Amino acid sequence: MTDRRPVIAVEDMHVWFDLADGAELHAVQGVTFELRPGERMGLVGESGCGKTTTILAMMGLLPSSASVSGRVILDGEDIMERGESSVAPHRWCDISMVFQGAMNAFNPVKRIGDQIVEPMEMHGTASGSSARAQVRDLLELVGISGDRASRYPHEFSGGMRQRAAIALALACQPKVLLADEPTTALDVMVQAQILDLLVRLTRDLGLSMILVTHDLPVVAQVCDRAAVMYAGEIVEMGQMSDIYHEPRHPYTRMLFAATPDLLGDDEVQSIAGVPPRLDRDLIGCPFAPRCDSTFAPCTVDHPRSLQVETGHTAMCHLNDRLVVGAAGA
Amino acid sequence: MSAEPTPLLEVEDLITRYPVPRGVAGVIARHPRLTVHAVEGVSFTVGRGELVALVGESGCGKTTTAQSVIRMVDNEAGSIRFRGRELTGLSARALRPLRREIQMIYQDPYESLDPRFSVRDTIEEPLLIHGVGGSNDEREAKVREALERAGLTPAELFIDRYPHELSGGQRQRVAIASSLVLDPKLLVADEPVSMLDVSVRAGILGLLDRLRQEGMGILMITHDLSTASHFADRICVMYLGRIVEDGPAKEVVRNPQHPYTKALISVVPKRDPREQTEPQVLQGETPNPVFIPSGCRFHPRCPVARDECLSVDPELRRAKAAESPEHRAACVLV
Repeated sequence: MTDRRPVIAVEDMHVWFDLADGAELHAVQGVTFELRPGERMGLVGESGCGKTTTILAMMGLLPSSASVSGRVILDGEDIMERGESSVAPHRWCDISMVFQGAMNAFNPVKRIGDQIVEPMEMHGTASGSSARAQVRDLLELVGISGDRASRYPHEFSGGMRQRAAIALALACQPKVLLADEPTTALDVMVQAQILDLLVRLTRDLGLSMILVTHDLPVVAQVCDRAAVMYAGEIVEMGQMSDIYHEPRHPYTRMLFAATPDLLGDDEVQSIAGVPPRLDRDLIGCPFAPRCDSTFAPCTVDHPRSLQVETGHTAMCHLNDRLVVGAAGA
Repeated sequence: MSAEPTPLLEVEDLITRYPVPRGVAGVIARHPRLTVHAVEGVSFTVGRGELVALVGESGCGKTTTAQSVIRMVDNEAGSIRFRGRELTGLSARALRPLRREIQMIYQDPYESLDPRFSVRDTIEEPLLIHGVGGSNDEREAKVREALERAGLTPAELFIDRYPHELSGGQRQRVAIASSLVLDPKLLVADEPVSMLDVSVRAGILGLLDRLRQEGMGILMITHDLSTASHFADRICVMYLGRIVEDGPAKEVVRNPQHPYTKALISVVPKRDPREQTEPQVLQGETPNPVFIPSGCRFHPRCPVARDECLSVDPELRRAKAAESPEHRAACVLV
């Protein structure tokens, strides 16, 4: 295993949804990122910014009202190239997902163990007694006693159902785990247990993870890297500590300032306004109407995503000057 | 307790329990009657211009406490005094004028607003129900005033809209405006921002803070310690129906005394990736409030429990290591 090569790369992904009135909503607008083996990346932003749509598109799970363009490269193969037929063999086997609210999506009248066997048999990775043995191992791996495979979902607490949902996502030994708000409905202590588990799984199994959340402190605790999304675009991406200590996009800075910190003394400030509608063309920077640092080009030109440091990109006109200045020096 | 004449709200030894339904089969099979011990002896006060946060995990009894205060559920024992007047045992008719003065803000502004009501109708409804507000014109003026107090200015821009035309933050402001229109003295806010986007939460909390400065008493129910530490004057940490620690907000968060509070604070993720501390993750989940552990209710999960904790049920008392005399914890070790 070479640690350098990305395990999965998303290139220039666009997603449009057809709206009832014939209009189109451009939910994801040219998202590009890659993920290395064992890496944990946070995908953060407000509701409607396209973070869930992005990972659903990676799984090929968007509804038929959506059209997708771009590439998802898994082990050198573009799994989006031929639509469902090229993504289906990889779904759940190489790339898998813990859905938002997954803990409440178990079939209430089927035993937990049987529900975890299902994807194994469906994808032919295991069956019969070997599948049952694997279920026990999987449950133990996520911190549930293997004996409980024969229990029903209602006999599990919320935290345990979430662990079982993670076990379900790992059933076919994927390389990439996409976790959509995996702790949002949980109490802080159970959240800590689940985050602990996700970190341990990525470390022990070499699993790569994308953690989708609106909760920046959760990303700060769990992830190596973060991508901040706004209006369907990644507006800043880099190492988590660079993003926090030296944000290069005002949205990132303002999002941190809007998040109360347990021990922080700074005033918590909301971001005025709302994200733009994505069913019409945007002129200039999509964040300009809410930004506290706008200047001339912001309302006219859409900013480019520029590398501001090694492994740190941002999409803001403030960096145009810096990069131009640096080039001239 | 406090130097002020009478606090706005005084809750003393509140006990609220729910029977667990046995069902017909359970009754026939003579299953034992079980009780959820939701709130088991809770005391606190909320003063004028004070924001008190009840903090804890689900099932700790914080919402039941709030519902007892607004008389949505009946408590079994204890007293709830509002401006010196006992609320427990009052008839629905006697409570009615008092309900104007105690208003509730709910968690989910997507559910709490009637989609067929315009903003005007939503805010005017409490005035009509309580038969206050005078003539049509006077009511209209009150609705506009409430909107502007809730930060929806200018009022004309919002008054004729419907919930689906508003963002989450704006909806919550409408919900707050419909509480403010009755000019309450006490607001009970149950997780007022947990359904909202991070970018607008601070605005709603800032609004509550402004109301507090104008003299409103606010009881906020939240599971979010970071929010409580920023916006509350005092924090009461609840565990299994009891307050296990209370005191000035910043002190409780910076210098926690009870082992449960310590663990809770250690697992709150920090914004700064370099500042993450080693979380002290408690195993398991809050026990079922039907079967409360003996002695200290936290002992089965407590990392520092001793033998005496199995039998002694500790009372809230001043913590020796605390700076403020008002900082108390219910643990034999403090």
